[in-house]
Amino acid sequence: MVQSLDTLIETPSQTAGPYVHIGCIPSFAGLPGVYPEDLGLSPIAPGAKGQVITITGAVIDGTGWALRDAMMESWQPDAAGLFAGQPGADPAVGGFCRFAADKDSGLFTLTTVKPGPVPHRSGGVQAPHISLWVVARGINIGLSTRIYFEDEDNSTDPLLARIEQRPRVETLIAKKTAEGQYRFDIRLQGEGETVFLDI
Amino acid sequence: MKDMIDNGDSDAGPLIPRQRHMHPVPYDPEYKTSVPRSPKWPLLSMESTPSEETGPRFGHSLLGPLDNNLILNFSKDGSPAIGERILMHGRVLDENARPVPHTLVEIWQANAGGRYRHVKDNYLAPLDPNFGGCGRTITDAEGRYQFLTIRPGAYPWPNRANDWRPMHIHISVFGHSFGQRLITQMYFEGDPLIDRCPIAATIKDRSQLDRLVAPLDMARARPLDFLAYKFDIVLRGRRQTMFENRLEGM
Repeated sequence: MVQSLDTLIETPSQTAGPYVHIGCIPSFAGLPGVYPEDLGLSPIAPGAKGQVITITGAVIDGTGWALRDAMMESWQPDAAGLFAGQPGADPAVGGFCRFAADKDSGLFTLTTVKPGPVPHRSGGVQAPHISLWVVARGINIGLSTRIYFEDEDNSTDPLLARIEQRPRVETLIAKKTAEGQYRFDIRLQGEGETVFLDI
Repeated sequence: MKDMIDNGDSDAGPLIPRQRHMHPVPYDPEYKTSVPRSPKWPLLSMESTPSEETGPRFGHSLLGPLDNNLILNFSKDGSPAIGERILMHGRVLDENARPVPHTLVEIWQANAGGRYRHVKDNYLAPLDPNFGGCGRTITDAEGRYQFLTIRPGAYPWPNRANDWRPMHIHISVFGHSFGQRLITQMYFEGDPLIDRCPIAATIKDRSQLDRLVAPLDMARARPLDFLAYKFDIVLRGRRQTMFENRLEGM
């Protein structure tokens, strides 16, 4: 026998299920009035510095069907690459947003400011990106990924550099559809499967 | 950052990598919806970065006085929700066995008959006009939280021909960094449906599944009022970096 470690093991995940909206975005789920407003309605307040952008997309399963019941959370820094709470961060950028697939179309929309580059522990710089977490019925542990932008320099990003199969890098890069407008689909499985992160 | 130190995560190293085998398998044919919704390719593993090591913080000012009282927080006229009254309580800790203070905990659940207040739930059991089914709170300085609610009913769901969910409460926890984000479910001690549930069975390590089963806690039950169940939650911890060279500004 040996001494026991003083560490604990993380509680196991379980699926968020089909009714995650009740708990996380009750007004969206048709339970108005429990809270004054749903948490994470917008990652920015009026006056946020930087370019306001809108990202639209869908979460698509292995059959090609867009999920109608997915919920997502995003987390990002401000236009200068500073996260809320860090010294000098833009007070109008909370950085956190919660949003869901539309129950009819499956489309989601995230309106935010384009994030700035963020330092990496190695001393390098990460290209501008938004962290994304996806939960839904049938997803047993939340899926983490990132949204990068095709009109930014992604060539030296340390995470993208680790993707061995280079065509898969494209799954993390939002496509510009108009000025300030981007498209980003998340493919859970099958052709073009999104790169999900263990990070 | 002073804010981080004040909140108890002063090690500020990378997040401890997830032990994925201690979590449910993503693909499990017995839980049919996981079949088309589980990634096929391996996850990309990498040490955490500031994007995962920071995260949103929510203050106690967010909360209304009844936010953690599901018996009353949807009541139209002060009438309590129907069902067995229970106190759900516990602590949020990290893998270093330290409390996670001041973090948001959200729950949602079916009513006493096993019905959710949701447009997609058309189970035979009736809605309770005084029960919404969601609540939230923020842990105190020692990581403690509590909810007053009713015991949710078991209910059938479309999977195999006769699958029933055990009584359960969904729980969402933030921690202090986005990489700690966790959603799980609490089950109840003694429920025979746990061993028959394909969602519970996505966790292949039995000792890990046992950690989702809350024991009856008579020491916290209030005579003539409510029973109590204890449910502690452990989030990812951060690695201590005492002997590592740290780069300027990190």
